[in-house]
Amino acid sequence: MKIHEYQGKQLFQKYGVPVPIGIPAMSVDEAIAAIPKVQQQAGTDVVVVKAQIHAGGRGKGGGVKVAKTRGDAEAAVRAIFGMQLVTHQTGPAGKKVQRLLVEQGLLIERELYLGMLLDRATGRTTVIASTEGGMEIEEVAAKHPEKILREAIDPATGWQSWQSRKLAKQLALTGGAVRELDKFLGALARCYDDMDCSLLEINPLVLTKDGKLFALDAKINFDDNALYRHPELEPWRDPSEEDPQELEAKKWDLSYISLEGNIGCMVNGAGLAMSTMDIIKFYGGQPANFLDVGGGATAEKVTAAFKIITSDPHVKAIFVNIFGGIMKCDTIAQGVIAAVKEVGLKVPLVVRLEGTNVELGKKLLAESKLDIVTAADMADGAQKVVRAAGGKS
Amino acid sequence: MSVLVGFDTRLVVQGMSGSAGAFHAKQMVEYGTRVVAGVTPGKGGAKVAGLEQIPMYDTVEEAVRLAGANTTVVYVPPPAAADSILEAAAAGIRLVIAITEGIPVRDMVKVAYVLERDYPETILIGPNCPGVITPGQCKVGIMPGYIHKPGGVGVVSRSGTLTYEIVHQLTALGLGQSTAIGIGGDPVKGTDFIEALAWFAEDPGTSSIFMIGEIGGDSEERAAEFIHANVNKPVAAFIGGQTAPPGKRMGHAGAIISGGKGAAADKIAALKAAGIAVAPTPAEMGTTLAKLLA
Repeated sequence: MKIHEYQGKQLFQKYGVPVPIGIPAMSVDEAIAAIPKVQQQAGTDVVVVKAQIHAGGRGKGGGVKVAKTRGDAEAAVRAIFGMQLVTHQTGPAGKKVQRLLVEQGLLIERELYLGMLLDRATGRTTVIASTEGGMEIEEVAAKHPEKILREAIDPATGWQSWQSRKLAKQLALTGGAVRELDKFLGALARCYDDMDCSLLEINPLVLTKDGKLFALDAKINFDDNALYRHPELEPWRDPSEEDPQELEAKKWDLSYISLEGNIGCMVNGAGLAMSTMDIIKFYGGQPANFLDVGGGATAEKVTAAFKIITSDPHVKAIFVNIFGGIMKCDTIAQGVIAAVKEVGLKVPLVVRLEGTNVELGKKLLAESKLDIVTAADMADGAQKVVRAAGGKS
Repeated sequence: MSVLVGFDTRLVVQGMSGSAGAFHAKQMVEYGTRVVAGVTPGKGGAKVAGLEQIPMYDTVEEAVRLAGANTTVVYVPPPAAADSILEAAAAGIRLVIAITEGIPVRDMVKVAYVLERDYPETILIGPNCPGVITPGQCKVGIMPGYIHKPGGVGVVSRSGTLTYEIVHQLTALGLGQSTAIGIGGDPVKGTDFIEALAWFAEDPGTSSIFMIGEIGGDSEERAAEFIHANVNKPVAAFIGGQTAPPGKRMGHAGAIISGGKGAAADKIAALKAAGIAVAPTPAEMGTTLAKLLA
């Protein structure tokens, strides 16, 4: 699960991670009212107006503006609110800006990078830091790998002060900033662990002219498997940031991801679902989605999954690829038949069944008299569905 | 010959009174696996329908002491799964096979750390995996038993259903399996490719290996280096997720391309550079290995 920058900063504040003074706004009026409040609280006229969308690269896309006067700030609010913000992560259509963060402008001495995430090779939460703040960290890693600093967190002791001092030395922080960094990292590590984060990224982490550290940005992802421990995060979910099919799938506990193509896929198991996308593409088609119905799905869940696929207007053909283990082929057949009876079948349907109760599943489909193309194996099914969708082969 | 499980396995099922645990315990008994005990806290002495012959205990320690269990399979739901794994390790179980899907990463970081520190002898397979099967001897997990056939191919995989797919293809080609190990799709897990490959490399009953990887992390790259340096048996591989978009988690918590790392193309290049045959599509996994053996 992802949240907005302003929500991330609220969480940081709770843990004692310093952030600039700021007020979120859900409308132009709210944002304009926020400007003098921020100016007054911060004791400066300089404010920053920031578009709140989940995608990165907002600054380059024109979604972040620094204003030196109240008038400039109001103009920035009007320019950014409602704009269709295009960044390298939004796709060409962009994302409509419906939330803003009005924030205090700071006098910046240096910009650093700070991240916290799991290092899969060691199984440890790891702090990533760099002197190259404000740049894409992937770019820094590719061009200057020596500028990426790493420090693993011991699961027994948590983050230790000596590690802060070591990083401070490597980041060329001196004097009071060393202690600032230690408080900052200690708080951040507690936040990561308590909240079951899967990614914390602060880019940039700024050192101000008066020697203080602030998280100028806040990108937080949470471990979806741990959300049951954090019901307090649920109100922070922004439905406008989520795909309608993905939202519906979530209700049914289905693993679904929207893609750009026109072949709807229903598969059991994540690995097989990914590989089904691969083989469709291999034969010249384009998958419309990734969908793993899971192991223990009921016929009702299969029906829901099928309806999600057919609700996508781009879908020109559907490929059901099942290797039943726990999942029984007759359950899949029942679910598909029920869904077709309910919503009809307007596009070709190719079905490949294998595994537990395969004969029973095939018999049910045959007796249903539905217009189904059966496939002998995965390759056969993929070729048939690509042809049916009007692709090549 | 085989690795991990076989005729010597004496299995305890953690979470046997739950619906998944009971269903699969029955399937395992039918396959011929020696299930010696079930454990569910608070259900000691109870009977599980259809499994009345198997004693239920409150703790794994009792299953070890009273029923002689030496291997466990964990079907316990995610909130209690990490606790169950550590309970098994503390009870002296040396092989823990965790099927549970959806254990929080924070819990697994702690489990992996404690196992490494206090129970270095304990092997953890999974979590979020289909389990381990030695065809004709012992099935521990959720895989459909009937598609397997005893033979010489060692299978190791990050994906469940894709493991069934390769096993099915191998069996259809007349290639039986020594042992099939599902290592699971989570970012923090017990056994990784390298350990499993080392077991297969040493196992006299394994004459060739098929490895299934997927996007995310760099286990496949490290496995490729290991194979190049240490494995003298024919190895074929497949990588799932070649067309997956970056930044999207493809079902498995571990299957995500992030920070420019974990893409299928890099993994395939690393495997090929190590002299491993890589199947171009999932439909050609079996034939890719068969060609190597012809």
